[in-house]
Amino acid sequence: MTTYIIRRLIMMIPILFGISVISFAIMYAAPGKPTVMDLDPDISVEAREAQMERLGLNDPPHIQYINWMSNVVKGDFGTSFTKKQPVRDMIADRLPNTLILMIFSTILAIIVAIPFGVLSATKQYSKLDYGVTMTSFLGLATPNFWLGLMLIMLFSVQLGWTPVGGVSTLGADFSLLDRLHHLILPAIVLATADMAGLTRYTRSSMLEVVKQDYIRTARAKGFRESTVIYKHGLRNGLIPIITIFGLMLPTFIGGSVIVEQLFSWPGIGKLFIDATFERDYPVIMAITMFGAVLTVIGNLIADILYAVLDPRIEY
Amino acid sequence: MSTLLQVKNLKTHFFSKNKVLPVVDGVDFEVKKGETLAIVGESGSGKSITSLSIMGLVPKPGGKTVDGEIIFDGTDLLQLSENEMFKVRGNEIAMIFQEPMTSLNPVLTIGEQITEVLIYHKKMSKKEARQKAVELLKIVGFARAEEILDDYPHRLSGGMRQRVMIAMAMSCDPKLLIADEPTTALDVTVQAQILELMKELSEKFDSSIILITHDLGVVAELADRVIVMYGGQVVEETGIVELFDNPLHPYSKGLLGSVPKLDEEKERLSSIGGNVPSPDNFPKGCRFVTRCEHAMEKCLTEQPELKEIYPGRKSRCFLHDEGGNE
Ligand SMILES: Nc1ncnc2c1ncn2[C@@H]1O[C@H](COP(=O)(O)OP(=O)(O)OP(=O)(O)O)[C@@H](O)[C@H]1O
Ligand code: SF4
Ligand SMILES: [Mg+2]
Repeated sequence: MTTYIIRRLIMMIPILFGISVISFAIMYAAPGKPTVMDLDPDISVEAREAQMERLGLNDPPHIQYINWMSNVVKGDFGTSFTKKQPVRDMIADRLPNTLILMIFSTILAIIVAIPFGVLSATKQYSKLDYGVTMTSFLGLATPNFWLGLMLIMLFSVQLGWTPVGGVSTLGADFSLLDRLHHLILPAIVLATADMAGLTRYTRSSMLEVVKQDYIRTARAKGFRESTVIYKHGLRNGLIPIITIFGLMLPTFIGGSVIVEQLFSWPGIGKLFIDATFERDYPVIMAITMFGAVLTVIGNLIADILYAVLDPRIEY
Repeated sequence: MSTLLQVKNLKTHFFSKNKVLPVVDGVDFEVKKGETLAIVGESGSGKSITSLSIMGLVPKPGGKTVDGEIIFDGTDLLQLSENEMFKVRGNEIAMIFQEPMTSLNPVLTIGEQITEVLIYHKKMSKKEARQKAVELLKIVGFARAEEILDDYPHRLSGGMRQRVMIAMAMSCDPKLLIADEPTTALDVTVQAQILELMKELSEKFDSSIILITHDLGVVAELADRVIVMYGGQVVEETGIVELFDNPLHPYSKGLLGSVPKLDEEKERLSSIGGNVPSPDNFPKGCRFVTRCEHAMEKCLTEQPELKEIYPGRKSRCFLHDEGGNE
């Protein structure tokens, strides 16, 4: 198992390298120049040139890439063009906010999706099943930004139950309740699509499981339906879901870009949007690589969990 | 011998949108204490659904036992609440299935799957249950039972898994064991061992067995009495010797004719032409009429009843009324 994990970690290196090349190329080919150039309309042509030269933007793209990469392997992600701060610090500042949002919405997605998926499967074709199915399709089809806007309109503007944005009340002392209060709406929005997808996966996985012979054996032992489903069924049904879950991990990053923007949530996603508008190359590359690492790690975690849950898999 | 189980006029039907399938349609039989009753019949004759009806595990949605009585040890199981049935299943009536490869839960160890029954029904502690599980595994023929306990099913062969299933079924010392084609999926050599084991255990534990099988060789080996099923009904009920010597019902005769005899040059695997009618178009009269070489006018329109022809021998055929059953 350990050698397997080590092998997989080594295999990540070329994958991440490939992703970095492609991302760099796409970013470079995209129209627009770093806005740091346009900040002051009075800036002289010479000064601008000097700035370009200083940031290395006049070098040919492959040289720029090599310079960037040689710093990255040393753990240096460069300095933000616009904020003049080290990118690493900027990310480190915002990562906790994003992680809190991700973890909270993940937990939310799981605790809603799994029970409803199981119920939907065990009561196939019941009213409850149709209700859950309808709701999850709605959840899948609703765009995050629209749902977010609607929830803000309703709960923040109309009812005034939740704050409009941010992680905490400005100027107030730290309070868990205040944090949760700010967290709840963005977490719900971020969780919606995955919750819906996870419910569907759980349902179809459990539908497959309840047809299996070992479920009949468990019933023949005299167990109550809850034992049959949760002890004998769910353990099996979760195996494919865990895999999908690992693969879903990076989608939270994608989702957080929109949600953080909407709720002015100072996390990685918001940083990414700002950096994209400003063509702040070092920040864009660092966050892209962060997403890439999360993706491959999510895959690895899924595979490891698969092996842990399914005794038939051996490495 | 006293009676352990009495099934009377059992009807289990499947309901779909616009059809009712009378899959088990008025089945009567009884099982005495300590005896092995075989149920034989072609595929689709309702053997499995009959046994699942006794367990109260008719496949849902769609299946439902609509009529009859299943008197087990003095109580009608059909009158019991689901809560009361939980105490019967796996405890007083245990069941093993045809597919040993898939009947064990792949993500739980053998030990967990045996001990959970003991903990649940016999309220044993984990430790006691483990000891008992080792004991049971030894009885069913695992020399190194302690090691098997922590193994997962995928490491065992089909024959070994069926032994585990048997150990699990016998764990609570059930009064009745229902075995639905326990050896069909196994190699011939393994089949013999499993049958031997079942015979041994039924004597040791003094439990009754309902043995469902296609294989008349298995019947001859293990059973005391046999019922022959056709189209969701019992067509003959008789002692084992009598069945082989002198089957009463034309269908039983056909079935016996389809057992290949070793000294016969051509293997005649089926001497009964045609197929079992499916439950959605059972003939109006005798269910066997489409394939019976003795069929009469009356057989097309009227259903024969299961009648005692000789003491302890019943058959469902109009021929017996005519006085000629040979
Ligand atoms: N879930 C179900 N829904 C509808 N019909 C069913 C269902 N299960 C079984 N049947 C029908 O019931 C009839 C009897 O099935 P059963 O499984 O009892 O036959 P069997 O005698 O055990 O056959 P085999 O020897 O193949 O196991 C068959 O015609 C089958 O198609
Ligand atoms: S009742 Fe008629 S059709 Fe049915 S088995 Fe007897 S002779 Fe054949
Ligand atoms: Mg069957």
